[in-house]
Amino acid sequence: MADPAKPADSNRPALALHIPEPKYRPGDQADFSHIDIGAPGAMARPDEGVHPSQMTELAYGLVRVLGDDHQAHGPWNPRLSPDTLRAMLGHMAMVRAFDERMFRGQRQGKTSFYMKCTGEEATSIAPAMALASDDMVFPSYRQQGILIARGYPLLEMINQIYSNRADKLKGRQLPIMYSSREHSFFSISGNLATQTPQAVGWAMASAAKGDSRIAATWVGEGSTAEGDFHSACTFAAVYNAPVILNVINNQWAISSFSGFAGGERTTFAARGLGHGIAALRVDGNDALACYAAAEWAANRARGNNGPTLIEYFTYRAEGHSTSDDPSGYRSAQEREEWPLGDPVTRLKKHLIAIGEWDEERHAAMDLECAELVKATTKEAEKNGILGHGLHHPFHTMFEDVYEELPWHLEEQAEQAIRERITKFGTERPFG
Amino acid sequence: MSEELSNEPATLGENVIAERRLNMIEAINEALDIMLERDPDVIIMGEDVGYFGGVFRATAGLQAKHGKTRVFDTPISECGIIGVAVGMGAYGLRPVPEIQFADYIYPGLDQLISEAARLRYRSAGDYIAPLTVRSPFGGGIFGGQTHSQSPEALFTHVAGLKTVIPSTPHDAKGLLISAIEDNDPVIFFEPKRIYNGPFTGFYDKPVEPWKKHPDSVVPEGYYKVPLGKARHVRVGEALTVLAYGTMVHVAQAVCEAKGVDADILDLRTLVPLDIKAIEASVEKTGRCMIVHEATRTSGFGAELSALVTERCFYHLEAPVERVTGFDTPYPHSLEWAYFPGPVRIGEAIDKLLKD
Repeated sequence: MADPAKPADSNRPALALHIPEPKYRPGDQADFSHIDIGAPGAMARPDEGVHPSQMTELAYGLVRVLGDDHQAHGPWNPRLSPDTLRAMLGHMAMVRAFDERMFRGQRQGKTSFYMKCTGEEATSIAPAMALASDDMVFPSYRQQGILIARGYPLLEMINQIYSNRADKLKGRQLPIMYSSREHSFFSISGNLATQTPQAVGWAMASAAKGDSRIAATWVGEGSTAEGDFHSACTFAAVYNAPVILNVINNQWAISSFSGFAGGERTTFAARGLGHGIAALRVDGNDALACYAAAEWAANRARGNNGPTLIEYFTYRAEGHSTSDDPSGYRSAQEREEWPLGDPVTRLKKHLIAIGEWDEERHAAMDLECAELVKATTKEAEKNGILGHGLHHPFHTMFEDVYEELPWHLEEQAEQAIRERITKFGTERPFG
Repeated sequence: MSEELSNEPATLGENVIAERRLNMIEAINEALDIMLERDPDVIIMGEDVGYFGGVFRATAGLQAKHGKTRVFDTPISECGIIGVAVGMGAYGLRPVPEIQFADYIYPGLDQLISEAARLRYRSAGDYIAPLTVRSPFGGGIFGGQTHSQSPEALFTHVAGLKTVIPSTPHDAKGLLISAIEDNDPVIFFEPKRIYNGPFTGFYDKPVEPWKKHPDSVVPEGYYKVPLGKARHVRVGEALTVLAYGTMVHVAQAVCEAKGVDADILDLRTLVPLDIKAIEASVEKTGRCMIVHEATRTSGFGAELSALVTERCFYHLEAPVERVTGFDTPYPHSLEWAYFPGPVRIGEAIDKLLKD
């Protein structure tokens, strides 16, 4: 390359390329005092029909309800009944127990892969509870909380994670890429942000048909860099689609901090304002704030007032997946220093503070969750674990590529079964 | 000759008027109109397709007739167009998005390849993507490198997609209706060079309008041409020609000009492919020429050549010939030097027939 140095007689300053760098790396003492988290109850709650141009504070600030006193504060308090709060806490505890067990299962070689949502439980469970059960959700891969909240059987989840012979997805998908039409839960892709325009399309279809159901999608802050997300925002705004675009800002996309998605320059909620989309930035570790934001956005969509982008400001407490080791790129202190605490602990303390819960019941609930997950895991293992023969018949590999099997797949299916006979003989059960 | 290879459409509506002649745009417009009428879940969207009726007029009049929520304009975002179509399909609609030129489809590829094509498979049938992506393709209109490409091989390579390319107004209508009714995602490439007349490749001769061509007779009403069935354009003994789209007409004209008794198959659907028709023809003639306008390397002709060699090797009396565009971007001023026209096809025929 030719020397790009400026001519000696030029007065123009030399340019400098900015490469974002997170504040803390392994070994550093994390200190998040620079993050302005605002005060619980401080944000105004506008009418659901508000014009996005009036939402600047909500897009740059932080909607919080639960205070350090464990009480609910301000106009965003969703005023949920104790029963609903206990149900929410129960779902969050169940997800945490499930994640623990499945993570261990992967380490024991029962499956290839797992992803926990530790620290982010509220961002899927609270919105799922605020939506109607037949509202359509287009999740990313860390929203197992939606399935738990919607009552999807744990056994089906584990069968899918084990890719065993009872797996409803026939062993075709990476673990945790669930799908359940019955639960209005879209097939998880694994490619990033592709679900966002799909959710908008579903919402457009619902509106075109005069339906009353709305759609919601979840995407990580890192994935908002994908073109699909921006296409989704454009279409959502253009057609005033009844859709909720949830951005889970958990600070990390594998090893890339949110700065690589533009987080150093603005908030992710503010992306909505540029599109003319209502925007809320919410304490993602505050289950009440998460519920209230989702409820507000759902009301807005149902009233034909259009889409809402919600940024859930949270922290990915664990690694990206079982294939990741965050000690290689971020400070181990971050999790404990995170200024917004732990969502399960905060909701638990709130329930205790209002006299509707206690530590004994909580401990009993945790135990019950762990026991149920353990028993269900044993049940699922009867259907096999990954790589131990109890998979779906070979021919299923070729099915569902098309509605009908074309000749070339018929030929390839015959070949696959022939190869299996060559390798194992006809004695071994196959196909 | 087997029945499915007959020149007649597989099924016909009740009101056949033998002499009603349409060009390909009119035939496509009619197919869309019929499907909007028949199925309330069909919707059409794309850049400029609504009020204006499309840059090639394929959707003219449809918004006025069927309403704005059935036929509407979209943002200039192919990723968005395909992405929302996948979501609409999940809802239960049957979207027919238009990509204004095949050359513009690339921003939508991830939504087609990773999403639409695999949705049925990855969800084990829980969700399907019954979309038909219509897009004008191919050159010969001085469209330069961004309005002339033939990217069909990108899509035939993708498990889960079907790729359909009509060559006549009659087939365009019947295939499009089949594609829209199909529950799998279909890429429907329309050879824009022959929207208004069956181009023969002799670009210095006057363009013939469709109304002089027998396959411009388009029955009224609903009928289907099945996907996966080739059309026997001409029955002959000397050599087999495998072509689709514009090149069907070019190859036919060259064979006629040279007086070659060719057995010409219009493939109509690349995936699923009518392999039986191909095998029967090559086994009969022992010589095979494949013609497409797309670039040569890894083009669909390579797949056809491999299939013919694998399956008909002992019937072959000469190496399979591929006649294709060159491996360059589609040039503007040298369009006819790029185009696999009469000279290139003629040389291939001579090579195939020399022994």
